[in-house]
Amino acid sequence: MALLEVKNLGISFGGLRAVDNFNISIKQGQLYGLIGPNGAGKTTIFNLLTGVYRPTDGSILLDGKSIVGQSIHKISQEGIARTFQNIRLFGKMTVLENVKVGLHNEYKYSLLASILQYPTIKKEAEMNERAMEILKVFGLEEDAKLLASNLPYGQQRKLEIARALATNPKLLLLDEPAAGMNPNETLELMDTIRLVRDQFNVTILLIEHDMKLVSGICEELTVLNFGTVLAQGKPEVVLNDPKVVTAYLGE
Amino acid sequence: MNGFIEQFLNGLIPGSIYALIALGYTMVYGIAKMINFAHGDIIMVGAYILLLGLNAAGVPTWLAILLSIVGCGILGVVIEKVAYKPLRNAPSLAVLITAIGVSYFLQNLFLVIFSSQGKSVPKFIHVSDFTVGGVTVSGNMIVILVVTIIVMIALTYFINKTKLGSALRAVSEDKGAASLMGINANRMISMTFAIGSALAGVAGILWVSMYDKAYPTLGAIPGIKAFVAAVIGGIGSVPGAMIGGIALGIVESFTKAYISGELVDAFVFGLLIIVLIFKPTGILGRKRIEKV
Repeated sequence: MALLEVKNLGISFGGLRAVDNFNISIKQGQLYGLIGPNGAGKTTIFNLLTGVYRPTDGSILLDGKSIVGQSIHKISQEGIARTFQNIRLFGKMTVLENVKVGLHNEYKYSLLASILQYPTIKKEAEMNERAMEILKVFGLEEDAKLLASNLPYGQQRKLEIARALATNPKLLLLDEPAAGMNPNETLELMDTIRLVRDQFNVTILLIEHDMKLVSGICEELTVLNFGTVLAQGKPEVVLNDPKVVTAYLGE
Repeated sequence: MNGFIEQFLNGLIPGSIYALIALGYTMVYGIAKMINFAHGDIIMVGAYILLLGLNAAGVPTWLAILLSIVGCGILGVVIEKVAYKPLRNAPSLAVLITAIGVSYFLQNLFLVIFSSQGKSVPKFIHVSDFTVGGVTVSGNMIVILVVTIIVMIALTYFINKTKLGSALRAVSEDKGAASLMGINANRMISMTFAIGSALAGVAGILWVSMYDKAYPTLGAIPGIKAFVAAVIGGIGSVPGAMIGGIALGIVESFTKAYISGELVDAFVFGLLIIVLIFKPTGILGRKRIEKV
């Protein structure tokens, strides 16, 4: 059974049909790419999957369970995490704290406990340890005490992935992870994404414009145009599809 | 010199109370991006709950104090749920006017129940005065200072070092991103109102321990002064609220002692105007750059 099963998904903003009849099926452990020209509705789909927008119609099943209509934080707890096209780290918090925010639901203790101190010190120590482990995977352990806003751009992108992984997701959504990166950084990022998939045992759906990255790591692609699916399948087939080429380059 | 120290202490006491109230304003602003103008009236409610507790037979003082603090915390959460939550996406002016409405509601509710006549609160802090180098410090002052210091340390620890504190800061910085990390933003907002209102309850208790009268408009003046303190310190900043509150208390006390008792409020609001001209975001406030 597929990890993510989306059927006939659609959303209208007033008279604008932003996404229409969108279907996708992503298998456990897959690295899946979602591409399409600007304004095709890719980020809207991420917002639908994470509960930021409520679909007008259609269904979203994660692990066989419907998540449509659930609140944003519930969907995160169900196992969908994401990064953002324009980085949205907690800039006034340290690198370590950012990851710890992601760990929020993994370590539970009450307000009373945090006032009465005892168990919190132990829990906080455990959280710190786990957060550091995650940072190490991304080579960010040296920067743990820095404010997130003081990190260089490429590191901030990595930290966003680290923070998302801290929520222990089944499905990780990456929104243009290579945006603004130079070719070397992009190559490094491709390795990181593969590593993440294998080490954290997570399924990845990514939006990307960098075709080298897309054809390099994605096992399957969906091309979106004007809110509808234009093509779906293996990258080498999809990227050579005349319809797709036309959508990107024009007639 | 002794006179100077005495005036300093005289300022520190209301200053500490302003700081406790200002913390509530600043925390609520930080997370819900609204000024809760009903915050001052929670002090008044705290004072009345304490009064009822102290006057009831068989209720020990500590329980009366606890009930007052917890009662204020619950009141804060209820106000947020009933009055502010439905307006989460409304224009800020609507929220502001609602807050003023809640403030009038509370004042008039207590006016109806307890009448406008002030009720005197029995003395409940029994710590003897003592003298150091010719300066007499009342036991009550010491209690207020110690309580304020403990509360501030505990709050700073809570916000900076605990999981819930980080969640709170995350929501205040980017509510959307925090929700997407699995944090229940509504619960964090409720928690902030609970903490801020409980602090107002503490402030109310300390206030009547000094001025021993409870009346329905008791919260108005300390409320507005604490709001000024929060703005001076930089609204949204927790240490800013502490500094702003204490600075305000000391300015008041020195104005009273060395300039004129009638000009106190002129100086307080003058200070606000000066801070707003030279540093509009307050002493510790950060500049907010809106990106499009």
